[in-house]
Amino acid sequence: MEQVHPQRKWQDYFSFSTDHKVIGVQYLVTAFFFYFVGGALAEAMRVELATPDPDFVQPEFYNQLMTMHGSIMLFLWILPAGAAFANYLIPLMIGAEDMAFPRLNAVAFWIIPPGGIFFLSSFFVGAPQAGWTSYPPLSLVSGQWGEEIWILSVLLLGTSSILGAINFVTTILRMRIPDMDIHSMPLFCWSMLATSALILLGTPVLAAALILLSFDLIAGTAFFNPAGGGDPIVYQHMFWFYSHPAVYIMVLPFFGVISEVLPVHARKPIFGYRAIAYSSLAISFLGLIVWAHHMFTSGTPGWLRMFFMATTMIIAVPTGIKVFSWCATLWGGKLNLNSALLFGIGFLSSFLIGGLSGVMVASVPFDIHVHDTYFVVAHFHYVLFGGAVFGLFAAVYHWFPKMSGKMVNETLGRIHFAMTFIGFNLTFLPMHPLGLQGMNRRVALYDPKFQALNELVSLGSYLLAVSTFPFIINIVWSVFKGKPAPRNPWRALTLEWQTASPPIIENFEEEPVLWAGPYDYGIDTESIDGDEEVDDMLAEVAGNT
Amino acid sequence: MKIPSNIVTLIAGITLTLISLWYGQNHGLMPIAASAEASEVDGLFNLMMTIATGLFLLVEGVIIYSVIKFRRKEGDTTDGPPIEGNVPLEIVWTAIPTVIVFILAIYSFEVYNTLGGLDPMASHDHLASHNHNYHEMVAMEEDNSHLIAMDGEKVALGLGQSPYLEESNPLNVNVNGIQYAWIFTYPDTGIVSGELHVPVDRPVQLNMSAGDVLHAFWLPEFRIKQDVIPGRDSQLTFTPTKVGQYPVICAELCGAYHGGMKTTLTVHSAEDYQQWLQDNTIAQTQSDANVALNQ
Repeated sequence: MEQVHPQRKWQDYFSFSTDHKVIGVQYLVTAFFFYFVGGALAEAMRVELATPDPDFVQPEFYNQLMTMHGSIMLFLWILPAGAAFANYLIPLMIGAEDMAFPRLNAVAFWIIPPGGIFFLSSFFVGAPQAGWTSYPPLSLVSGQWGEEIWILSVLLLGTSSILGAINFVTTILRMRIPDMDIHSMPLFCWSMLATSALILLGTPVLAAALILLSFDLIAGTAFFNPAGGGDPIVYQHMFWFYSHPAVYIMVLPFFGVISEVLPVHARKPIFGYRAIAYSSLAISFLGLIVWAHHMFTSGTPGWLRMFFMATTMIIAVPTGIKVFSWCATLWGGKLNLNSALLFGIGFLSSFLIGGLSGVMVASVPFDIHVHDTYFVVAHFHYVLFGGAVFGLFAAVYHWFPKMSGKMVNETLGRIHFAMTFIGFNLTFLPMHPLGLQGMNRRVALYDPKFQALNELVSLGSYLLAVSTFPFIINIVWSVFKGKPAPRNPWRALTLEWQTASPPIIENFEEEPVLWAGPYDYGIDTESIDGDEEVDDMLAEVAGNT
Repeated sequence: MKIPSNIVTLIAGITLTLISLWYGQNHGLMPIAASAEASEVDGLFNLMMTIATGLFLLVEGVIIYSVIKFRRKEGDTTDGPPIEGNVPLEIVWTAIPTVIVFILAIYSFEVYNTLGGLDPMASHDHLASHNHNYHEMVAMEEDNSHLIAMDGEKVALGLGQSPYLEESNPLNVNVNGIQYAWIFTYPDTGIVSGELHVPVDRPVQLNMSAGDVLHAFWLPEFRIKQDVIPGRDSQLTFTPTKVGQYPVICAELCGAYHGGMKTTLTVHSAEDYQQWLQDNTIAQTQSDANVALNQ
C-alpha cells in the first residue's frame, strides 16, 4: 500500500534535488566516500609507524598523509555526516515537509563534492604538510600550492557548513507542527540547535584567519609571518576559536543521536530530558571560551592558561550530566541488543574514556607534559572516533530502515560492531602510555624503545580497516536484497516513524499527530488521550513489529 | 542466604574505591621523575588517575551490568518502567563533578605556581637585563609612551622561578631551535654545544628562541615543555635532581624530519660538570684559534 505514493528514483540522488531526504542521503554517501579515503591514508601512516625508521614513505610524504588524513576526517567525513542526519531527520522529526530553504540546502551540499575533489587534487602538486592546524611559519614554507588548495578547500567546506546551519536553526525554530513546543521536540533537534550556533559563531573567524594566511602565502604579506614582523600566535588564537568549537560541532549531533537511539532500544523514556537538552546549550556556550587550552605550551601567558584551564574543566559538568543520564536511561530497561544499540553502548563506553582524559589534559601542569604527544592523539580519537563515529554507526543502523525501506542484517551488524570496538581500543588505548612515556606526535620516525606498542597500534588499525568490510557488504546487500522494512520497525515514538519507509515525497500523507512525547515509552498513552484515531495508530504501530 | 542489596552496593563501592586508590599510585605510566617539579606533576596525575579510575569503573560497571541484567527476553514486547528523571540523583551527579573539577583546578593552580608558571609575568630584578628594562619602562612611563614601554618589557613565556625556592643563582643556557637541531650556548663560558649538559641540584634557566619555524622544547623526564617561537622569547626553569642522560625532544611539528629533532640532556655530578666545562672550554678556544688562523 505504501508503494502507491510517489517515490524517488535512483537518478534523483545524482541531481540537484531540493528534497531534504535526497540531500541527506547525498551527504551521507559522500561522507562515507571520504571516510574510506581518510581511512586509507591512516593505514598508510600506520604501516610507516610499524617500524621506528622512515622506511615505507618519505618523511615529506608522511606529513602530507598526516595532514590530509586529519583534514579529510574532520571536514569531509564527520562534519558532512552530522549534516547528513540533520538534513534527513529534522523535517521528519518536527513534522515538516522540507527544510526552510530547500534550494540553499542543495547548494550547501553541492559545494562539498567539488570542494573534496579539489582538496584531493592537491596530491598532484604536493599536498599540504603542515598538519590540519597549518600553523605558520611552517605552513608558509612547506609547499605553496598544496597549502593554498588546503586553504581554499576549507573555506569552501566552511561556507557549506554555514549555509547548512542557517537552515537547521530556521527549520527547527519555525517549522515544527503546531502541537510540538520546544520542550516536546526530539533531543536531536536540541543538539542541532547547539551545533548550529557554534557553526555560525565560529566558522567566520576561521575564514578570516585563512584568508589572512592566504595573503601571507601568496602575496607576501606578514600578518602571521614573524619574518616580516607578524605574529604566528594570533593565527593560533583565530584558528582555535573555530577549531575547538568544531570538536563540539562534530560530536554534538551524535550526542543527539544517542539520545534518540538509547530510549527506543531500551524501551524506556530518556532520563532527564531537560537536563540533556540544556546541557547541550551549556556545552555550546562553554565551547566558545575554552579555545586557548590548545595553546598551553604556546604563546599564552600564565594567568591566561589558568583562565582557560578553569573554563575547560567546567565543561566536564554538562558532559557528565549527559553520560550519567544515558546510563540511567539504560538502567532497568528492556535492552534489545541490536546493532544500533550496540554502537550506542560502544559510544558510551569509549566516549567516557575520551571525557576522562579530557579533564586530565585540561589541567595545565599535566598538559605541559602531554601536549603534542600521543596521549593527545589518543584523547581526541576517543572523542571523535569513540564518540562521533560510534554514534554515527548507531545512527546508520537505527535509521537505515527508514532511509532505504529495507532492514539490515543483524548478524553482520554485530560482527561489524565487535570488530570495530576491539580494533578501535587496540589502536588508540596503547597511545596513552606512548604519549606519557615520551612519544611526540606527527613524527615519521621515532625512538626504537616505542616499537612494541606501535606494532600493537598498527595491528589494531588493520583490524579497524577490515571491520569496514562487513559493514559495506551489509549495506550493499540490504539495499538490494534486504527484508522490506515496515514504517516503524523499532516501535519508536518520534514522528519520522509515522510515515512510510522510505518516506514519501513531502514526507507525510497528512499532518502527523503528536499523540505522545518523543520518549514516552512505558507510559499508558491511551489514558492520556482517549481519541479513537490514537487507538488506531497504536494498533498500527504494534502490528508492525 | 539472601544478602541485602544495599550491603552489596556498599561492598562494591568500597572495592571500587580501593582499586582506584591502588591504581592511582601504581599505574606505572610515567617515565622516571628527574626533578622535584616532575614529582609535583606526578602527584597531580596520580590524583587524576585515581578519580578517573573510580569513574571509569563506576560507569563501565553500570553499562556492563545493564547489558547483562536488563537484556530483553525473547518475545517480550512490553516497555520498561516509565522513569523520566530523578531530581535528587541529578543534583548529586551535577554537584559531585563540579566539586571534583573545582578541587582539580585549585590543585593544578598550586602545582603550576610551584613550577614557576606564574613567574614570567612578574618583573624580577635579579637579572641585569631585567633591571635595565625596568628602569627603561619607568622612564618611558614618565613620558606617557606606554606603547614603546610595552615593547621594551616583553613578557617572557613559559616556566620561570618557583616562588617556593629562595633566590638562587641559576645556570643560564641560551637555546636556539632550528630545523632540525637544538643549539645550546652557555653565556658564562661561551661554550656552544649540540647537547645540553647541566650539573645536578642547581637550577637551570633556559632562554629559548627559534631560528625559523615553531618548535617545542620537551623534557619528558622533567614533565616540562614550552613552544619556541620565532620573534618571541620563552623560558623554562628546572632543577635536576638525578644524574643521568635524558632525551630532549621537539614536540611541535617543524617539518619533514621533525621526528629526528632530538638530542640529549646530561645531568652531571658537580665534579663531572666542572670537568665537562674545562674540556669544552679548551676545545672551544682551540677551534676558535683554528678559525682565526684560517682567516
